[in-house]
Amino acid sequence: MTAPQVEIQLIAAIVAAACALPGAFLVLRRMTLISDAISHAMLLGIVVGFFLTQDLNSPLLILGATLTGLLTALLVELLHRTGLVREDAAIGLVFPALFSIGVILISRYAGSVHLDTDVVLLGELAFAPFDRVVIAGWNIGPKGLYAGGVILLINAALITLFYKELKLATFDPGLAAALGFSPVAIHYGLMGITSLTAVGAFDSVGAILTVALFIAPAAAAYLLTDDLARMLFLSVGLGVAAALSGYWLAYLLDASIAGSMATMAGVIFGLAWCFAPERGLVAAARRRVRQRWEFAQRMLAIHLLHHERQPGGEPELQMEHLWQELRWDRKFATRVVSLAEGRGLVTQQNGRLELTDRGRLLAQESLLA
Amino acid sequence: MALPDLALDYTLRTVALGAMLLGLSSGVVGTYAVLRRESLLGDAISHAALPGIALAFLLTRSKESALLLAGAVAAGWFGALLVSAITRTTRVKLDSALGLILSVFFGFGLVLLTFIQKQPDASQAGLDRFLFGQAASLLRRDVQVMAIGTLAVLLAVLLLWKEFKLLVFDPDFARVLGLRVRLLEVILISMIVLAIVVGLQTVGVVLMSAMVVAPAAAARQWTDRLSLMVLLSALFGVMAGMSGAVLSSLTPRLPTGPTIVLVVSGLVLISLLLAPNRGLVWNWARSRARRGQVRAEGMLRQLAALAEHHGSLEHGHPSAVLRASGWSPEQVEHVLHDLESTGYVRQVGADRWAITAAGMARVRTAAEANKAGDVSAYLTGSGGEVTGEGQP
Amino acid sequence: MADRHNEGVPAVAVQDLTVAYRERPALWDVDLTVPSGVLLAIVGPNGAGKTTLLKAILGLLRPVAGQVLVFGEPVEQQRRRISYVPQRGSVDWDFPASVLDVVMMGTYGELGWIRRPGRRERERALAALDQVGMRELSDRQISQLSGGQQQRVFLARALVQAADIYLMDEPFQGVDALTERAIVMLLQQLRAQGKTVIAVHHDLQTVPEYFDWVMLLNVRRIACGPVAQVFNEHNLRLTYGGRFAMAAFAREVEETAPTVVTPDRSSSGGGARGAA
Repeated sequence: MTAPQVEIQLIAAIVAAACALPGAFLVLRRMTLISDAISHAMLLGIVVGFFLTQDLNSPLLILGATLTGLLTALLVELLHRTGLVREDAAIGLVFPALFSIGVILISRYAGSVHLDTDVVLLGELAFAPFDRVVIAGWNIGPKGLYAGGVILLINAALITLFYKELKLATFDPGLAAALGFSPVAIHYGLMGITSLTAVGAFDSVGAILTVALFIAPAAAAYLLTDDLARMLFLSVGLGVAAALSGYWLAYLLDASIAGSMATMAGVIFGLAWCFAPERGLVAAARRRVRQRWEFAQRMLAIHLLHHERQPGGEPELQMEHLWQELRWDRKFATRVVSLAEGRGLVTQQNGRLELTDRGRLLAQESLLA
Repeated sequence: MALPDLALDYTLRTVALGAMLLGLSSGVVGTYAVLRRESLLGDAISHAALPGIALAFLLTRSKESALLLAGAVAAGWFGALLVSAITRTTRVKLDSALGLILSVFFGFGLVLLTFIQKQPDASQAGLDRFLFGQAASLLRRDVQVMAIGTLAVLLAVLLLWKEFKLLVFDPDFARVLGLRVRLLEVILISMIVLAIVVGLQTVGVVLMSAMVVAPAAAARQWTDRLSLMVLLSALFGVMAGMSGAVLSSLTPRLPTGPTIVLVVSGLVLISLLLAPNRGLVWNWARSRARRGQVRAEGMLRQLAALAEHHGSLEHGHPSAVLRASGWSPEQVEHVLHDLESTGYVRQVGADRWAITAAGMARVRTAAEANKAGDVSAYLTGSGGEVTGEGQP
Repeated sequence: MADRHNEGVPAVAVQDLTVAYRERPALWDVDLTVPSGVLLAIVGPNGAGKTTLLKAILGLLRPVAGQVLVFGEPVEQQRRRISYVPQRGSVDWDFPASVLDVVMMGTYGELGWIRRPGRRERERALAALDQVGMRELSDRQISQLSGGQQQRVFLARALVQAADIYLMDEPFQGVDALTERAIVMLLQQLRAQGKTVIAVHHDLQTVPEYFDWVMLLNVRRIACGPVAQVFNEHNLRLTYGGRFAMAAFAREVEETAPTVVTPDRSSSGGGARGAA
C-alpha cells in the first residue's frame, strides 16, 4: 500500500466511526431522515459560508454549515408543529427547498471558483491526501484526517458524557422531561453533533453518502445486540469495516470511493439482516422449523395423555392412528415419534406408543399454559 | 425571448410539455403518498432508480430513454420492495429502512456511474443529467415516454378511484369489505415509481421526492375533499413544473430541478400561510380570539361566584380580587373591558366590577352545556374528541 | 411520614386549569385538591383529558390558564417528589436495554446531569424489582417481556424514585391477573407509607375496590372526593353523558357490593378512610 492509500483508508475509517456514533441514536429515535435532510440542506450553509469567506477551509464556513443543519431540524419541527403537515411531509418539504437554493447559488455564481455541487454531494475522497496541513513548514498529514479526528473525538466525548441522558430521552422522553432533563435540549444537542458530523464528512464522502454511514452500520448493529453500549461499539466497528472494504471495492472497480463505501455499508446491513444470530432471516426460519417439530411433539404427548386412561382408548395409542387422528402424514408422524423417543417422551413397542413420565409432565404443562 | 415566440419554439414546447406531464403525474400520485404518510417513500424510490439507469446502460449500451427509464422503474420498485421487507421482518423502523435504501442504492448508482465514465467506449453517456435533471435535454421521444407513464398513472387513479379512496382512509375497513389491500398497495407503489421515473430526466433523482410531497401538501391546505385535492395537487404540479422548466430553459446556468422545486416550495408556503380555514394566518387570529374567550369565561365565572356569594348583582369587586389565576393586572383589565362591551359585566364604581343578568345567564348556559358532556362542542361549535398532542 | 414539615398542605392542588390542544380545550377550568396519602382514581370517557391532566401536573404541558401546586410549590421545584408511570404503549420496547437498565432510569433524576449510576443505584433498582416480583428477570431484554411484566418494570422504575406522589397512566391497562394483584398490593403498600397515588383508571367496576378517592373528569371536573361520597350513578351519568349506559352501572354495583365484606377489599374500599 502506498502512503496515500493508507491515508485515504484512515480518513474513511475515522469519518465512518464519527458518523456511526450519532447514527445509533438517530436509528433508535426514528430520526434518520432528519439526518438525510440535514446532510442535504447544509449545502446551502456551505455555499453561503463560502461566498462570505471565500475559503472552503474557514472555521466560519464549518460553523455556518452546522448552523444550517440545526436550522433544518428546527424548520422541520416548526412546520410539523403547525399541525398542517405530518412530520414525514415536513422533512420532504424543507430539505429540497434549502438544497435547491444551494444548488442554484452554486450554478449561478460559483461557476468559476472551486466549489462544485458534485464535490459537496458526492465527495472526493481520492483527493483527500493532497490537501495537507502544513505548520511552520512541516507537512504533518492530510487535513481530512485532522478534521475527521476532531469530530470523532467531539462525538465520542459528548456521547460518553451524556450517555445516560441520551439513553433516557431516547427510550422515554416523557420521563426525561418529568425528571428535569430537557428532551428538547437533548434533541438539539444530537442534531448539533449530527450537523457537525455531516459538515465534517462532506468533503470526504459527500452529503448523501454521509447518510449511509449514519444509518446502515447502526441499523445493522441494532439487529445484532440488545445492549445500547454494545450497539454503539458495534456501529463504530461495522462503519469502519464498511469504509475499509468500500475502499478496496472502489480500487478494484476504479469507481467512486464514497459510493463503494455506501454500497459496502448496505452489504453489511444485508448480511446482518440475513444472518443475525437471533433476529436474522435465517435464524427466524430455523426457529420456525424447530417450533413446528416441538409443537408436533407436544401434540403427540397431549394426544397420548388424552387417550391412555380412556376406556377403549387403546386403538388410539397405535402408531397407525396418528395420521388419522392428528392428520399427519406417515412420514411426518414417524419423524415426530422418533424425535419424541429421542427426547425420552414416549416409548414404542410393536407400534404401540406409551408416554413416559417426562412425556406426561410435558403434556400436562402444555395443557396448563 | 418574447412571449409569442414561446409558443412557437420547438424545444421550449417540448420542455414545457415534459414538465407539465411531470407535475401532473407526481401531483396526482403524491396526494395518495402524503395522505398515507408515505411522503418519503418517493425519496427512497427516486434515489434507488439511479443504479437502475446505470445498469440498464451497462447491459444495453443504449442511450434510449425508454430503456434507461425501464431500468429506473425496476430498481425503484426493488428499492420500495426492500423497504417494506425490512420493516416487516426486522425491528428496524420505517425511517431507517427508507434512509438505508435511499443512501445505499444511491451510493451503488454512483459506483456504477463512475465505473461507466471510465469505460473506453462510454463517452459519458450523459447519465449525469439524471442527478439534477436537465429539461433542455428532453427530446420529443422522451416526452412520448413520459406521456405513456402519465397516462398509465391517470388511468389507474380513474379506474380504482373508490378503492384507493378507501385504502387511504381506512385500510382495515377496506380489508373487511373484501378488497385486496395488498394488491392495491402494490399498485399504488407502482404508480409512485412510475410518476417518479416520469420526472427523473427533468428534476433529477436528488430532488424528485419534492415533486411527490410538495404539490400534495399544498393542495391539502385548501380542501378536505379527496377529489378536489387530487385536482389541485395536479394543478400545482403542472404550474410548478412548467414555470420552473421554462424559467430554467430561458436563463443560463439555472438548473431545472432546483428551479422547479423552488417554485413548488413557494406554492406550499403560500398555501400554508393563507389557505382559508387551515392557513396559519387565520389560525393565529383564531387562537388569539380563543385564548381571550377562555380568559373571559373564567373571569365571568369568578364574578358569578362572587355575586352568588353576596346574593346581589349590585356589589362591585376590585380587579385586584379577580387576579386569582396568575394573570397580569393588564390582562385582567383587558378582559373586563371586553366583557363590559358585550354587556356581561358592568362597572359600578372606580375599579368596581359586577356581573350583569345577561352575564349570569351566560354562565348558566355554559354550565348546562357542560352537563350535557359536550364542552368542546359548546366552545368550538363542533363536536368530537380532542385529537393530537401538543407535545412533539 | 411523607412530609412532616408541611402537614396539611395538599399533595397536589390544581386551580382553574385550562389546557387546549390547538383549537380544542382538553381541560376546562379544572380544580383538584388531593390530600396527602390518598389513592385517587381519575375516571372519564376517552378524550376526557385524563392523560392531559397528569401531564399538566407533571409540568409537561403549558396550560392556557390556571396553576398547579405540588406540596404548595410549583412543580419544577418538587420534581424529586413526583414519580411518573406512563402508559405502556408510550415507549418503544424494541429499545436495546435490559430490565435493570430501565429500572435504573428511575435514579437518573437525583443523579442529575452527567453523573452515572453506580453500585448503590443498582442495588436500589434490584430491590425495587424484588418488590414487584421481577428480580429474576433483571437481565432480560425488555422486548421479551409480556405486557404485565412491562408494566411491573415501569412500576419498579417509579418505586426507585422514592417519591411522595406517584402519577400512573392506566397502570392496569392490558395486564394479566397476577400483575393486577401485584399492582393492587403495591398501591396499598404505598398508601401505608403515606404516599399519594393519582392513577388514570378505566375500569369503573374496580374503582371502589382499589381506590379511596375518585375524580370524575370529562374536560371539566364533574366531581371529586371520597369514593363513597361521589362515585354514584348521578355523577357517572354526568361524566359519561349519553354514552354511559344504565346497565353498566347496575352490573358494577351488583358485582362490587357483595364483595365489600371480604377482608382485603374492605381495607381498600376506603370510603370511610377518605372521609375521615
